[in-house]
Parts: sequence; structure tokens; C-alpha cells
Amino acid sequence: MNRSLNKIFAVCALLLATQLQAQTIAVTGGTVHTLGGAGVIENGTVLIRDGRIVAVGKGVEVPRDAQLIDASGKIVTPGLFDAYTDFGVKEVSAVEGTVDSAQSGERFSASFDVSYAINPRSILIGVNRIEGVTRAAVVPGSSWGEAGSVFSGQVAVIDLAGPGDWLTRSSAAMFVRLGESGSGLSGGSRVNAMLALRDGLEEARDYSANRRSWEQGAHWEYTLKRKDLDALLPVLTGSTPLLVQVERASDISQALRLKKDFGLKMAILGGAEAWIVADELAAAGVPVVLDPQRNLPGGFDSLGATLENAARLNKAGVMIAFTAGGTHNARNITQYAGLAVANGLPYQVALEAMTVNPARIYGVSSEVGSLEAGKLADLVIWSGDPLELSTFADQVVIRGKAIPMVSRATLLRDRYLELNTERPQAYKK
Amino acid sequence: MIKARLFGALGLLASVFLIGCGVDGDADKGARSTASTEAPYPSTYQALSSKLTLIQNATVLTGDGARIEGGSVLLGDGKVLEIGDGIDVPDDALVIDAQGKWVTPGIIDNHSHLGVYASPGVSSHADGNEISGPNTAEVWAEHAVWPQDQGFNTARAGGVTALQILPGSANLFGGRGVTLKNVPSRTMQGMKFPGAPYGLKMACGENPKRVYGEKGGPFSRMGNVAGYRAAWIKAAAYKEKWEEYEAGKAEKPPERDLQLDTLMGVLKGEILVHNHCYRADEMAVMLDLAKEFGYKVTAFHHAVEAYKIADLLAENGTCAAMWADWWGFKMEAFDGIRENIALVDKAGACAIVHSDSAMGIQRLNQEAAKVMGAASRVGMDITPEHAWTWLSLNPARSLGIDEVTGSLEKGKNGDLVIWNGNPFSVYTRAEKVFVDGALVYDLNDPAYQAVSDFTLGSLEIEGGLK
Repeated sequence: MNRSLNKIFAVCALLLATQLQAQTIAVTGGTVHTLGGAGVIENGTVLIRDGRIVAVGKGVEVPRDAQLIDASGKIVTPGLFDAYTDFGVKEVSAVEGTVDSAQSGERFSASFDVSYAINPRSILIGVNRIEGVTRAAVVPGSSWGEAGSVFSGQVAVIDLAGPGDWLTRSSAAMFVRLGESGSGLSGGSRVNAMLALRDGLEEARDYSANRRSWEQGAHWEYTLKRKDLDALLPVLTGSTPLLVQVERASDISQALRLKKDFGLKMAILGGAEAWIVADELAAAGVPVVLDPQRNLPGGFDSLGATLENAARLNKAGVMIAFTAGGTHNARNITQYAGLAVANGLPYQVALEAMTVNPARIYGVSSEVGSLEAGKLADLVIWSGDPLELSTFADQVVIRGKAIPMVSRATLLRDRYLELNTERPQAYKK
Repeated sequence: MIKARLFGALGLLASVFLIGCGVDGDADKGARSTASTEAPYPSTYQALSSKLTLIQNATVLTGDGARIEGGSVLLGDGKVLEIGDGIDVPDDALVIDAQGKWVTPGIIDNHSHLGVYASPGVSSHADGNEISGPNTAEVWAEHAVWPQDQGFNTARAGGVTALQILPGSANLFGGRGVTLKNVPSRTMQGMKFPGAPYGLKMACGENPKRVYGEKGGPFSRMGNVAGYRAAWIKAAAYKEKWEEYEAGKAEKPPERDLQLDTLMGVLKGEILVHNHCYRADEMAVMLDLAKEFGYKVTAFHHAVEAYKIADLLAENGTCAAMWADWWGFKMEAFDGIRENIALVDKAGACAIVHSDSAMGIQRLNQEAAKVMGAASRVGMDITPEHAWTWLSLNPARSLGIDEVTGSLEKGKNGDLVIWNGNPFSVYTRAEKVFVDGALVYDLNDPAYQAVSDFTLGSLEIEGGLK
């Protein structure tokens, strides 16, 4: 108990120090997995100033005023990035008032920008960031599947540092559902889902070409609302990727056809059977966001689910990114990455799949995902191999700030470490 | 409603949220008979064929807290014949050199819904919750177990050799659970663990009141407890009638009542109570409820707040079957912490790692490893040999089968796993799994990788499944 208290004090002191001083931090002595061109650097230094990385390498000169974090004997990686979460838009799944990740009743909701609802003070954020998760894609409509539409809305990329500059990118992707889940949202057949999607994109394309005449009332009416049409324009130009939740191989092929027909940028979410059409995905340059632990069919869409999905996709040349599949335990992304490695995925790719690859998919890789000069300073100092189950994050840095390594869960733990106390536990804070 | 169709773990989590679960059994009774005198639906289990097998040079975790380096285990006649660090090779024995490998008892999961919420998770397979009334003590999970659930096979590949299949937690009394050996079989009876007592699934908290709040109640936690009490009063009266009849004080036997048969079985100590319960304060009430009616809570299941009352659990001899880190999916799970299992263990209570999940059951050893890692951060150093008690012997106790399995002791069943490394590493996999001395899974030999009828078709897909 004393040990952990001391640790908290130490981190608080460190925080205070870094905030008062010139906000220069040097992480020294660790094995640095840069996930960038410099590869792995033994005994490396990461120098951080004002929230950004200014230098990474061996023998980097450390300014005298820098706050030192000793990472000797430890592993340093970029902060982890879960590619599919509802951070900040859900506290307790079964408590309706805390869930803002999905809407109901709207047939088209491309304009649903989830970032309006994000609470950077969410307890889930606190619990997960001290275990190394620093960035996340917040995907709308990911809740129970009762609500939503084929267009579920716009994905936001956030950091987990808490209040402040937490929004990395809004509209980082447009989320849609095809296959079985899309069919349930659009009239009972996956044909409906595909037609709804194609109709929407065609209307947006027409709107883009005829906006003026439409505004003057000289054009036929669209079924989509204006805000939805506007939201689809960057999808049509390919500046915002279409994130397609789909599981069955044949549905993935149909999604790829859609991509071709409209010239879209696309990523697949779920993709239980993606490995079956891995060559098609590779040829189309479409990445897959997946949960590596799935190996049982949830339904007939995922009969081909296998623990080797990640390895087979990678082998075929498909970029992959990981999700832990549930926001409360986004922290388990390292375990599932380890599982992918145990089932044939190269170690380095497993690290990429939860750092630089999601950053690429969501168009934020110039800012985050690797430890390179100029990027935002998100990093984790691990007690050992980050994929191992007994390893923990010794210190997490987000946007150049050392995060206090406490959460509501660690406070609960500390409160009940001793049960036989003189006064009720409620007095212990 | 219980469709895991959307997306992997979210869907699985959804099923937990919707059905919850929890059962608990009396660890000390060692009861072996069913509530009624006859034993319908009897086990037809037959051990698969086995050879005299000597496993050598392994790091052996015995499951009761000990560890043997360079250890050997001799399996024969379905049993552990010898265990130690130097066993002579019998003439006709198959010798497995397990240098660099680890040997443990088979993992026992006391909380599974395999077969009653089978894969694929279509609504036609939702057989785990009889939500026709708050008290369905009359239903038996074994009547719905589909042995073709591929989840049994993937669980076996994760080292699971026995498991309890429970009804869900929609009801105050959800029905009887059944303990199975994890062997492929055409029938439930072919898996049924001979001699294992039945469990009774009870559920606290949010689930029953949510499911029945608008169907006549219970509407609140008060209503939940009133419901249990009313049922136990009836069960006690029923038991008394049977006792009168058996003592010759009544001419005719009482009219059979399936619901009361099960509850009477608990009161007679023959059926073990497995109680889904999350909150500390509710567990304390349930322990008093058990005292009021003279039964024992064998285990709380999920017990997300067990760490707050670990001393009370120790005092009552009640186990807690827990996840490593699930939390927050409903209000009563909001205070979950990663050290829960370790803190229950530290208080001297019986700690168990359970799955309640077709995914989680495939790597319960990894769940334990996460707990060990979290505990080490607050100065609790838990050895691998100790942690394994959470995975085999303690769950065996909670199922009343600890006399025959759960640890590697001379004379116990030959239920064990050879791991290709330290089983608390994420990279390690079960290499060989034995049930009653027979090889039932081999990572490197497809001839020992069972596939369900349903999955057989899927193998036609390009490249095959794994």
C-alpha cells in the first residue's frame, strides 16, 4: 500500500514538475520500438517538448531542464490505439442515460457526428489509459445494435488524456453496416442495405453536381437530408474512408465492388471471414479492423471465424488493425495481439496493428502511431514485453504529459486492500 | 435476444448483460445423489481408449498448490498412477518427453453456457434462460445441451477437461446445472460427469428484476429476496411432507413437484447452490438467506465486488467464481477491479476463475495470469502453482468433484494438460489434453482435434478453419 501511495506521489510530483517547467521530458535507457523508420532502438532516448516528440535515437542530447523518466530495462512503444470503441459515449452499457453511441429512428444518419457526445472525463478512459491505451476511434452505433441505420455516422479519433485537446480528428471515417447487421437495419435483406448505401452515395454524388439548382428548388428532391448529403461529400472524394462493418466473405466482396464503383476509400470492420477474400482485399488496398480472439461463429455470417484471421490477412498483404472488441476492456488489446502472434502473426505486425496501422486507417498517422520527431508524444513504458499478460504499463505519456497512474479502479483496489480496518473503508480516499 | 451476431466480444458481452449467470455449489458436502431417489437421464460416459503413458521432464503444477520441477506423471487405467520427480519407465508405457513444457490438471470451468447458448449464436440456439417465470427451479440445463456446439471443442483446445453448464440468470431460480466431462459425444448423457451433484442456479440483482419487473415482478431487489424466501418456505414444507411419508407417518407420498424437488435437494444438501451475484451487500444478504433456510451457498458467481467482503466469504466457506477483469457492462458490475480474484484468495476464501463465455473459456489460464500481473503491482506475489488452484481444484470443490479430479494426485482421474510452455504466457498453447488418461486433444495432430457436426461443413471453406 505504501508502495503504491509512494508511486502516486512520485507521479504527481513528476506531473507538477513537468507542467511547471518547460515541459521537456526525456525517456531514457529503454528498448524503443519506434514503429517508424528507425525500427527498434536499444538504450534509446525519446525527447519530448511541449507535447511533441523532438528527437528519438541513441545518444540524443538531453537538455539540462528536461524531466527524466528512466526506462532502463523496459520497453517503450507508441501509445496503443484501439480502432473500434465507444470511449466517452458510454459509461455503463445497461444504463441508458450513459449511452450516446447510437441513435434510433433515423433512416439516414451520415451526419451523426459522435464527437458531440464524447465525455473526456469518462471513467472508462481513466481505467484504460493507465494500461497503455492512448488513442481510440470512437465509432457511432456500436452499441447494442437495436438502434441506428445502415449509415451509422461519423467516427472520431480521440486521445485518452482527459479534458483539453482530446479530439484528434472528427469525421475520421463514415461508418456503415452491411451483411446481416445491415440487413436488419434496412428492411430484412442485405440487398436493402446495399441499395440504401448505393442510393445514399448516388444522391450525394448528384447533390454535389447539382447543389445550386437543388437549393433553388429546380431539382428533384433527395430522400437524404441536406446534413446527411453534406456529410457524404468527403466520402465520395475519398478524403474520408468508409468504414464498413461486415463479416461474411461474399459481403466483403460486395463492399469491394461498391468501393470500385464509387471510387471510395474503405476499411472493413469485423471481417470474420476476411481471410477468405484476403487477395481481393490486398489488391484493393483495403485494411481490416478485427478482434483477434474470434474463432466461433456468432451467426451464419461468421462461419469462417478463425484465430488465424490476422496472420492470414497479413500474409496476403492486407493491412490489419486491432480492436479489443469492448470498450471497458480496451486494455486487453495487448492480450489479443499476443493471441494473434501465438497464431502466426509476426510480432512486429502485432505492434503495428495497435499503433501505426489504425493511425493510417483513420488518417492521423502524421500525428500519432509511431515514435518519430514531430509527432504527438504518446508513449508507454512497459515493465516487459507489452503483449505478455503479467506486463504492465509503468508510465503512460499522452500528448507529452505523464499521466497519473491512478484510476477509479485502482482507488477501489487500494480502499479494500485491507478489510479489517479501524474505521469504515468509506473514509479512505 | 441473445445473438452474438454483431461483433465478437461486444455480442458476447451483450449476452452476459442480457442473461447474466451464476451458480454456486456447496464445497464441503461431497453429496452424490440427486434430489429424487431415482436418477433419470443417467450418465453414459465412457472414457476414451487410453494407453499407459509416462510424461517426463515437465514443470508440473499439481493443482493443489505444489510444483515439481523435472516432474513425471504416469497415467494408466484412466488414473494418475504416479506423480513425482523420478518415476521408472514401465516396460509398455508410451513415453512423452515434456522437456521445457508444463503439465497441469485440466482446467475446470464452473460457469459455462456451452450447449445451451451454442454457436452459431442464432436465436434458435437460445436455450439457456427459461424466462417463463421468476422461479424455474424445475428446468434442467442438461435437457437443452447441444453436444454439437463447436465451443466444446475450442474449450478443449484451451485445456478445459470438465465444466458446469448452467441455466442463465434471468430468474431468481434458474434451474439445475449439469457438470460435464469435456469429451466429444453424440449425447449430453455421454458427457455427463458420473457422480457429480447437480447445481442450482440462483440469481441476485438486476437481471431478475429487469426481466420480470414488467411481467408481474419481482420489480426490485426487495422483491427478489421475498421471492427466494417464499420459495424456500414452500420447499421446506414439501421436504417435511416427504420426510413424514418416508417415516411412515403418511400413507400416500406427496404429489411430485419438479420445482420443489430441486429446492428440496438443496435443503437436503444434495444439490449445490451456485448464486449469480455481483454486489457485496447482496452477497451478504444471500448468505443470511441461506442461514435462514438452512442451506449453504456453495459459490457466488461473477462476484464482481467479492473483494469488498472477501473475509465474509472465507468465514462462510463460500467460493467466489470470477472473471479477471470484466466490468461496467451493467450498474452492478461497475466496481469491478483486476485484483478481485487475488484479494479473495488473500482473504483465505476459495477463489475461482470462471468464464461465462465461449471465448473466455478458451483461455482461463490467461485470465489467471492477468490477475497475477495486476496483483504483483500491489505487492502480492502469486506463484503459478498457487494460481492454478483457481483453475482446477477450487472449481472442482465448488462442483463437488474434487475427490476425483482437480489436482494431480495418485488415484485421481487422469485429467491433465501438457502446455508447450508456461501456461501463464500469452504465447503458450495447450499441446495435449487428457481426460481420464485418454488423449482427447493434440495441437499437432489433426486426428485428435474434434470438430462438431455443424463445423464440419465450414471446413469446406477455402483453407480450412483452425
